[in-house]
Amino acid sequence: MTLLLFLAQTIRIAVPYLFAAAGGALAERAGIVSLSLEGFMLGGAFGAVIGAHYTDSAWIGVVSGVVAGLGLAGMHAVCTLRFKADQIVTGVAINLFAVGITRFLLQLAFDSSSNSPRVAGFGGENVGGALALASNPLVWLGVAVMPVLAFVVYRTTFGLRVRAVGEHPAAAASLGVPVNRVRYAAVLGSGALAALGGTYLALDQHQFTDSMTAGRGFIALAAVIFGRWDPMRAGVACLLFAAAETLQIRLQATQIIPSQFVAMIPYVLTIVAVAGVVGRSRSPAALGRTTE
Amino acid sequence: MRMTESRRAALEEALLPLAVALAVVLVVGDLLILAYGEAPGAVWRLLLDGTWGNAYGIGQVLYKATTLTCTGLAVALALRAGLFNIGAEGQLAAGGFGAAVMGLALPTGTPSLLAIGACVAAAALCGSAVGAVPGVLRARFGAHEVIVTIMMNFIVLALLNYVVAAKLHVPETLHTPALEAGTVGRVAATFPAFHGSALNWTIVLVAAAVVSVAWYLFRTRAGFELRAVGLQPDAAEYGGVSVSRTWIGAMALSGAIAGLGGVNFVLGYKGYYEDGFAGGAGFLGIVVALVGRNHPLGVVIAALFFATLSQGGLAINAMVPKQIVEVLQGIVILAIASSVPEVRRLVRKAAGARRADTGATS
Repeated sequence: MTLLLFLAQTIRIAVPYLFAAAGGALAERAGIVSLSLEGFMLGGAFGAVIGAHYTDSAWIGVVSGVVAGLGLAGMHAVCTLRFKADQIVTGVAINLFAVGITRFLLQLAFDSSSNSPRVAGFGGENVGGALALASNPLVWLGVAVMPVLAFVVYRTTFGLRVRAVGEHPAAAASLGVPVNRVRYAAVLGSGALAALGGTYLALDQHQFTDSMTAGRGFIALAAVIFGRWDPMRAGVACLLFAAAETLQIRLQATQIIPSQFVAMIPYVLTIVAVAGVVGRSRSPAALGRTTE
Repeated sequence: MRMTESRRAALEEALLPLAVALAVVLVVGDLLILAYGEAPGAVWRLLLDGTWGNAYGIGQVLYKATTLTCTGLAVALALRAGLFNIGAEGQLAAGGFGAAVMGLALPTGTPSLLAIGACVAAAALCGSAVGAVPGVLRARFGAHEVIVTIMMNFIVLALLNYVVAAKLHVPETLHTPALEAGTVGRVAATFPAFHGSALNWTIVLVAAAVVSVAWYLFRTRAGFELRAVGLQPDAAEYGGVSVSRTWIGAMALSGAIAGLGGVNFVLGYKGYYEDGFAGGAGFLGIVVALVGRNHPLGVVIAALFFATLSQGGLAINAMVPKQIVEVLQGIVILAIASSVPEVRRLVRKAAGARRADTGATS
């Protein structure tokens, strides 16, 4: 029973990571740096709460959350792809912008600097633990997202194109692949996926709170890099990071390991991975480069 | 004649990001203010009054600009070497922490100048240690510094949070006890007009750092090598410059400069280290470097600009939410990053046409 609870809690923590990491993997495989996952998630969380608040429907919340993520991703895509802005700078800017605009709109819509009112979520009000989890459709979607992404990336024409423009855009272009169009699709897809992570978070907590994503987008990015840009491996990394967090919450009472050290695990592992101490983690060859 | 023409083009190019920033702030700011149902003119006047309109406001702007100059200069220096240091946030926090630990460790009666010197050195050292890690990992293992510096931010902030929360804090707070020695005096103690503002003499130290970095970059052999590595690492290596050593040195120096920013808060303002004091100033340093075109002087001007915005946000909070400023910061970066390459091309073209004109007439 405890094992089941542990698993349930791990999945609950992992779902936002899985969505955002899926978005990160998609964009980075297409050669676009994903520093803005955090901003996409935050925008998604806020959009979801707005939709759910005004319609009392969690499903509308999902839609509006995704729309918010698409909006931010659209800005990112236009700046980097149309205007050739530096992808890292743009990513940092999107994150700053997302924090600012959600705070501004929070003030505008709910006259609060800290949180929104309570909104609808996905059922399970009276059922606890694993059952509540199982009754949330976003959880099922989150668990399925990495296998689906793996299929898309490795088994479909679109996936082949994504990988091609991420590895060798010039070669892809010479074969008639519309490089920029594929990249637009990948960035927008990444915005929608990461926003789903934020949406899950907000609907799970039934409200938006200021900066509620709290660095989860960067943990997701860490999972992508640690997973060597492979969807399934990145998914395993998400579960691993989430399990560590669950363990830490469970051990909190005993104070064996300070929580801060558990929080460091994803970041330390990522540095170890990119430094190539145990098998070099290699990025897509054209990552961060926008073709002229 | 030709010299002045190219100088004019260079000046136009240098001022370009600032002009874009100003234009974007005005246009988007107006829209946001209107969305909130206030009159833009009144809000902007309030912003100017609350910042450059009185000595307190000026003091606060200069105080904030001091920290931003450090982080901006840190990012700019690393970029000159071709490295993107996203880790200024962690380096800034580590610098402040180093200064605090040194200040706590020194005996109470330590002569002020000696104590300040030791604390500043500790700040630079801690910042530089945090900065050096991504430098070494890049030089030795090819680990991308953007990824490593991001991850380092989280690691350093978590580590400092642990140390402060578990070992060093005053009960019920997340800050250390007041420092025994090494605090820097407020400017208000000498010029009472600045009363109440956090402006302190760290600003002189940082001004010296700006001049030193400018001199280092443009007047020394090492600075020339650093810029050469940034422009063309392969060519620099072929020319006898050790790229890996330059990278490590640049990141260590960059971290040290960011760390200096911690002095402003810890020694100059609060007199203790407080968890989370960096509060995004490290990330804003990226913007400052971008707007300042990676030039020390440009960094100072950009830091003043963003410090004015940030202090101005507080001033206008009575009329519109201060978060307007955060929105504007994000938009400004997007606008500059997107438009500057394009507009620069236009300016170059115009300058070229002008040169062709003068060539034809003379």
